[in-house]
Amino acid sequence: MFAAQTLQKFAREVAKYPADQKQSAVMACLAHAQEEQGWLPTEAIEAVAGYLGMPPIAVWEVATFYNMYDLKPVGKYKITVCTNLPCALSGGYHAGEYLQQKLGIGYGETTPDGKFTLKEGECMGACGDAPVFIVNNRSMCSHMHPEQIDKLLEECK
Amino acid sequence: MLEIEIDGKQAQVPDGSTVMDAARQLGVYIPHFCYHKKLSIAANCRMCLVQIEKAPKPMPACATPVTNGMKVFTHSDLAVKAQKGVMEFLLINHPLDCPICDQGGECQLQDMSVGYGPMKSRYSEEKHVVFHKNVGPLISMEEMSRCIHCTRCVRFGQEIAGIMELGMANRNMHSEITTFLGRSVDSELSGNLIDLCPVGALTSKPFRYTARSWELQRRKSVSPHDSVGANLVVQVKHDNVMRVLPRENEAVNECWISDKERFSYQALNSDERLTRPMVKQGGEWREVDWNVALDYVAHGLKDVAREHGGDALAALAAQSCTVEELFLLNKIMRGLGSGNIDFRARQSDFSADGKRAGAPWLGLRLAEIQNLDAALVVGSFLRKDHPLIAQRLRQAAKKKTRVSLLSVTGDDQLIPLQQNVVVAPAQLAAALGAIVKAAAELKGVAAPAGLEAIMVDAASRAIAQSLVEGEKCAVFLGNVATQSAAATQLHALAQELARLTGATFGFLGEGANTVGAHVAGALPSGANARAMFEQPRKAYVLMGVEPEFDCANPQLALSALKQASLVVFMSAFKHAPALEYADVMLPIAPYTETSGTFVNTEGRIQSFNGVVKARGDARPAWKALRVLGNVLNLAGFAYETSEAVRDEALGQGNEFVAGLDNALNGVAIALPAAAEGLQRIADVPIHFADPLARRAPALQQTADAAAPSARLCEQTLSALGLTAGATVRVRQGQGEAVLPLKVDNAVPAGCLRVAAAHASTAGLGEMFGSISVERA
Repeated sequence: MFAAQTLQKFAREVAKYPADQKQSAVMACLAHAQEEQGWLPTEAIEAVAGYLGMPPIAVWEVATFYNMYDLKPVGKYKITVCTNLPCALSGGYHAGEYLQQKLGIGYGETTPDGKFTLKEGECMGACGDAPVFIVNNRSMCSHMHPEQIDKLLEECK
Repeated sequence: MLEIEIDGKQAQVPDGSTVMDAARQLGVYIPHFCYHKKLSIAANCRMCLVQIEKAPKPMPACATPVTNGMKVFTHSDLAVKAQKGVMEFLLINHPLDCPICDQGGECQLQDMSVGYGPMKSRYSEEKHVVFHKNVGPLISMEEMSRCIHCTRCVRFGQEIAGIMELGMANRNMHSEITTFLGRSVDSELSGNLIDLCPVGALTSKPFRYTARSWELQRRKSVSPHDSVGANLVVQVKHDNVMRVLPRENEAVNECWISDKERFSYQALNSDERLTRPMVKQGGEWREVDWNVALDYVAHGLKDVAREHGGDALAALAAQSCTVEELFLLNKIMRGLGSGNIDFRARQSDFSADGKRAGAPWLGLRLAEIQNLDAALVVGSFLRKDHPLIAQRLRQAAKKKTRVSLLSVTGDDQLIPLQQNVVVAPAQLAAALGAIVKAAAELKGVAAPAGLEAIMVDAASRAIAQSLVEGEKCAVFLGNVATQSAAATQLHALAQELARLTGATFGFLGEGANTVGAHVAGALPSGANARAMFEQPRKAYVLMGVEPEFDCANPQLALSALKQASLVVFMSAFKHAPALEYADVMLPIAPYTETSGTFVNTEGRIQSFNGVVKARGDARPAWKALRVLGNVLNLAGFAYETSEAVRDEALGQGNEFVAGLDNALNGVAIALPAAAEGLQRIADVPIHFADPLARRAPALQQTADAAAPSARLCEQTLSALGLTAGATVRVRQGQGEAVLPLKVDNAVPAGCLRVAAAHASTAGLGEMFGSISVERA
């Protein structure tokens, strides 16, 4: 299922925990699996479960709980907009609406060209920089007012 | 010990207790949903919030440890306000569909919303909808919007059943209980989820919409399905059994029952029930009255006894027959001058007969399993043969017990095993011999004679070590060991192992009344269950047995039955194959329609009453046998009640039977020669194991009731040059079966696993004998 490189990463994660607590590595392994596959198909979830000796449903619980795991294919750029309270009070909702209007898609959708996916996210711990986005689970974008959003979309070509 | 005061009542509780434990001890009720005494603490329903002195906010009673001098108020204004607040939240997304909900009338949420809920909801927004799921034929998950996310079902799977099949996907208001990718829930204990669910989210599929809980009468009974003798509540409406629930008995079944016990009641109402006595005359079956049928039987048996002697008669009873039935059947056979009576239909080695010191039993009480330091189970499909004993061992293994298994397949028992040794059936005795030898070496004593040639490997030594080191240990012989061709050797070896290590040893027990049958004396002084078919008799009485499915060698049994001049078939069901070889069919009452007694594997005497009227003309077998005894003019058949029969068989007023003793005398250890060629491994699948389960439609749709296949490991597959997935013809003696071939690496090399007790394999021979396989 996974490339040798990903399996190596799995092994490194598992090695961080006591031998009888392999399941502690589940989040990290899912993240590596998603990195390889671009998203988390159910086969990947089952394979991670098999690797860690966990029941598949237990891995499914984790994968469905956290926002950063994608259970459906996503576009090249996944933009996650924080819509929690502090961001919402500082223009997060408007930023989200502006983004939706610019891309012509709603939350949880992907543009027809497969370039952008929009997601609603939870607090990213940077409320002072509100509104915040995170792109592809990795790069944080602060103070996302319309001109910043235009710039971001321009960069993501 | 800690002091605690709850609502002004003082109590002393052990260290580590929670407020909920203390409240239960004091008999103070604290409302709750997610708390269950057998499950881990989740504290996610928040219903058990109570006020604790000096705590600034309400605390969950189930998760708050008691501290010394703690003062708790469960009904103070603060507590009640908190509980009402929680209740209001729980009801926000709960549909108001109690009138059409199967749980209505026995719903904790319904009860508690009467006690704590508001008259009216302040929530006028849209309610959350959760889609229904299909998780198999037993559990209905049609209205998952009712779920209050207590996660009892999830924890049950993880902790009690040993396999997590349900989980809670998603987060916050989108949370829902589901299986992975809509798979079915296949645990053999899954029905307990229905009892655990405090609302109407998980309900019984077979029971769905058939009755309301307040219409049902609750009657006590005892399970006829396995050797634990689980205590049951049978719920009845209009003389029909509507459903079966566990009756809590910490010493026997705790609060669980297996799915077989829960759902087999469907068979009681099946069209296959035999409701009238029938006699075959001139090849035609005629329904007759009881007196005609019993006259016919009495004359038939007497004629055979007169012409050919008592030895031409034989009787075989099921291990799920009651003590009373077995006692009376035995008395009739003896009265007719025959010692050919047996109940061990699946056994093939009888050389221990006459050498046993008493009735074989578990060797300890069921409740003692949790205190064992180490346990070895020899020859058992543990989870499927003894779901509740497996459950006890699972809990014990999680605490401290080092459980090892020596068996003939590597099926996952969902128990953390210390050692899991898998050998071919013919090697079972040698493998146990290795453990005995290892134990002798560890103890520094000479190994018993007969084990000189045995090599001790690391696994055997580890098992022996666990038994030697532990203070309280046990060795259990399972059904495979009992049914094995080397059963006596295994018995003798287990005895040696127990002697060397100071462990107790015993038998898990094949049937609900195996111990009772021994004590009732239904044992042969003449031909045993095998010999009575090997040397065919003129007349047979079969009570509760379906020989195609229940005999060690159905081929042998059927050919003997077909040549007999009289076959009396006593059964609750009109068993189709028996119409061919039987001459008389007597409709006897199943466990719900007769009074009787089962003695479970720990020797516990459990009497029960009929819970419904017998169907049609079916009659309790003990009454039919009593009348038969009188028609035969035999002395001592003047019993008025089944209790009178029981008291004669077992004595009066005992909790446990006397005469339990596993000792075996005068058997020298002589290991059997290794078998040659392909060997059959026959399990008795859980839902084919007895006539009731076989006829329960819901059970027959489960994964456990899948039609048998021929299973073998890759090594054997390539050695035989076959391809997986092909259809093959397997042969034993004259019989054959055509089955799909499947790869299963849990089967040891040189073996082919072909289940017994199914119509497709009924033509085969020995359960653990040579078998051949070829392309069909």
